[in-house]
Amino acid sequence: MDGKQAGKLIKILINQKQIDCEEGKTILEVCREAGIFIPTLCFDPRLEPYGGCRLCLVEVKGINRPLSSCTTPIQDGMEITTESENLTELRRTMLSLILSNHPNDCLRCEKAGDCSLQELAFIYDAAPARYEGERWDLPKREDNPFITFDPNKCILCGRCVNICKNVMLKGAIDMTGRGFHAKPDTAFGKPLSPENCLFCGQCVSTCPTGALVEKPSARTGRHLSVKKVKTTCSYCGTGCSFFLNVKHGKVTKVTSDYDSPVNKGNLCIKGRFGYEFIHHEDRIKTPLIKEGGKFREATWDEALDLIASRFGAIKEKYGPDAVGAFSSSRCTNEENYLVSKWVRTVLGSNNVDNCARV
Amino acid sequence: MAGLATSLGAGAASNSFDQISEADALLIFGSNTTEGHPVISIHVNKAIKNGARIIVADPRKIELVKWADVWLNLKPGSNIALLNGLVHVILKEGLYNRDFIEKRTEGFEDLKDAVEKYTPAHVHELTGVSPEKLVEAARIYAGAKNAMILYGLGVTEHQTGTENAMAVANLALVCGHIGRPATGIMALRGQNNVQGASDMGPAPAAFTGYQPVTDPKVREKFEKAWGVKLPSKPGLKSVEMLDEAKKGTFKGLFILGEDPAHTDPDISHIRQALASVEFLVVQDIFHTETTRFAHVVLPGASFAEKEGTFTNGERRVQRIRKAVEPVSGKAEWEVFCEIASRMGYQMKYNHPSEIMDEIASLAPIYGGISYARLDQGSIQWPCPTKDHPGTATLYQEMFSRPGGRARFIALEHKGSGEVPDADYPFVLITGRRREHYNNGSMTRRSKGIMEMFPEELLELSPADAAKLGIKHGEMVKVSSRRGEIKVKVRVFERSQEGNVFLAFHHQDVLTNLLTSPHRDPITGTPEYKSCAVRIEKL
Ligand code: SF4
Ligand code: SF4
Ligand code: SF4
Ligand code: FES
Repeated sequence: MDGKQAGKLIKILINQKQIDCEEGKTILEVCREAGIFIPTLCFDPRLEPYGGCRLCLVEVKGINRPLSSCTTPIQDGMEITTESENLTELRRTMLSLILSNHPNDCLRCEKAGDCSLQELAFIYDAAPARYEGERWDLPKREDNPFITFDPNKCILCGRCVNICKNVMLKGAIDMTGRGFHAKPDTAFGKPLSPENCLFCGQCVSTCPTGALVEKPSARTGRHLSVKKVKTTCSYCGTGCSFFLNVKHGKVTKVTSDYDSPVNKGNLCIKGRFGYEFIHHEDRIKTPLIKEGGKFREATWDEALDLIASRFGAIKEKYGPDAVGAFSSSRCTNEENYLVSKWVRTVLGSNNVDNCARV
Repeated sequence: MAGLATSLGAGAASNSFDQISEADALLIFGSNTTEGHPVISIHVNKAIKNGARIIVADPRKIELVKWADVWLNLKPGSNIALLNGLVHVILKEGLYNRDFIEKRTEGFEDLKDAVEKYTPAHVHELTGVSPEKLVEAARIYAGAKNAMILYGLGVTEHQTGTENAMAVANLALVCGHIGRPATGIMALRGQNNVQGASDMGPAPAAFTGYQPVTDPKVREKFEKAWGVKLPSKPGLKSVEMLDEAKKGTFKGLFILGEDPAHTDPDISHIRQALASVEFLVVQDIFHTETTRFAHVVLPGASFAEKEGTFTNGERRVQRIRKAVEPVSGKAEWEVFCEIASRMGYQMKYNHPSEIMDEIASLAPIYGGISYARLDQGSIQWPCPTKDHPGTATLYQEMFSRPGGRARFIALEHKGSGEVPDADYPFVLITGRRREHYNNGSMTRRSKGIMEMFPEELLELSPADAAKLGIKHGEMVKVSSRRGEIKVKVRVFERSQEGNVFLAFHHQDVLTNLLTSPHRDPITGTPEYKSCAVRIEKL
């Protein structure tokens, strides 16, 4: 982007490979850009790094304890190791601890296949600690139409609270309780409602586990079984990009496109939850022709023939100035172009306009 | 967008959304960004977090006022007075950018004369905004290193909409806050593809890419590409088509995916006009107020059912992709090809990408755009050639007007077409809500959204509620010179005394039965933002 000033270029060594990078970035950022994998749970590029999960640890030469890469800025000449026996062991231990207070019920979880915890447990071959302690057994919260919260799956990464407070400036939820009983919740445990929540689903979009999931799409298809089609929101002029999740020829869910330059995975209630209309029973399914004041179903051929002949006849009788079209800000560029072309070439006038110009 | 086009050259936002968070000051004018453009407001939030100074100019106490350094609570319809006042203060205090004005603009002397009388005291009378706030806002905006203006339909949906936009441009130009990243003017549009629909030239006086139909060279180019002789006379605007229809001289109309009988102002007039059309075709995905008048209704395909592109409010061309089959078997682009071909003009494309190739060959601003490139990533126009990266910031070197200079335009305060009086003592402002969209035909079909946001409520200030003896949740009759509706009241401090607010998403509260017939004479944009109404307890 042409707005940012590029930082000074410096050289660092990552896993013995020299990398040129811009000053001011964190170790994690540089590694992500260079395609070097570092596991994370509490990191989301939309948020200020929080440094809570300690999964992103790396070793830096000359420093005798591992550093969290998401919060540590690079320095000229740094020598960084992203994976070692010691680091792997540390990560496995931390994951085991999390799994010890987790339902580990991936078979039935909405998030399976797209869950950071599941993926990292697999990569690091982590199992719940052998001496299992107390586990949460808290009720699932389904008190609003959009978001389901299963506190038992929460790993306390803080991302939902952070995104709601610092990206949305809403603060609908916060960490409540202490120690073993800490969890994100609304003030006084009230249900999410228009009083306190935007239903933007940002919290869902950042949750690394199945703790926060979209309610309307429950049990309709998981990550690996759906086709994901990248597209652009059809509501407002922001033009957010997202993925339509499709299963059995139906749109089942909208998921974030974290790489979009426009919205970086963020969406609003309309983009994230406003897709039900696509398969609504009220959709007009066939052409309709009005006869005796009532519409009757018609075939495409019949309707298009009628349109062609009626427009032809009116133009013949009253001239091209008596016919025209309103085009639509809802339709595609290509369609708008064709409407304009049709009116000018076929109807023979310039009577073509956007309906409301707003 | 005619206003910005006249002043600067292009009828489009000058900068990009992701630059908003890098600005040192933001002037948010007539845009309830939080609700109208929720994801753009995330960029605004980031600017707030980064310490940007925030000025909100809006008659309503919108959510952003909470974060604002200054709230300019102007009376509806007094935009020009307020903007002239800001320029007045900036000139008087010597806060303007002399170098920029000299090198890159013309008409400065006219502007200077015109704003002379807009002293803070005079502006106070016209707008209700206190002199202190006006001066503070002027200092913040002019004093910032990089200041950006976001404006919404509160600027354009007035009878002086075009002039309002020019007044915004004047302000940015006196300070030289344009032509660099994190400055400029972002016009936030209502519908998803307003920008693209303007770019594509379904417009009575311009072909695709803003090329005038009256220019013989342009016509020649299109005639060669399309293989027919083209009319040189500009056509009728949509409002004019409807006016002519009512008179009986306009006979055949195709309405693609719009619902004027719900979303246009002064609906009674629209209904009569639509009823007078001899042959009306409406294509849409749901039945609407407008389909009722049609002789033939065609099923539309939703965005999930077709291939194509939309252009967003920062001139970014992006793909939409087919996820499921169209319920009716056809997308709109196919329908137009078939109608044209049945009328003896061969229109045939195998895929919308071929239509884009044709657009690129005819419209220089889209010249380098193709589906192959868009699959690698979106592109912001102007993108004249295949190897051009697209343009995040307009006007870095030149304005796109003849001579390359931006033009100051001297403007006078005119006010709204209809002002409150003894019979209709309130100003009705209309707008959108975050959870719903336009005629609501899509959002009202989401169970969750309807469960949480089931009905429209009239927002009334606590002071007015007390005066009228109306309580929260009570039903009232709202009437204007054109019609009346019944609606429940929400007593809400967001409204200032004397103003009430309604959105237009619900079919049972047809807000546009009330709205004003006044329009911007240049663009035809209706004055949705201000009309006079009476409120009676039921
Ligand atoms: S939906 Fe949005 S506003 Fe509501 S809790 Fe989640 S992030 Fe916060
Ligand atoms: S709900 Fe999800 S995002 Fe929030 S703290 Fe728990 S795991 Fe993290
Ligand atoms: S997700 Fe919301 S903000 Fe983004 S384009 Fe859609 S309606 Fe606009
Ligand atoms: S990702 Fe760095 S501490 Fe969690």
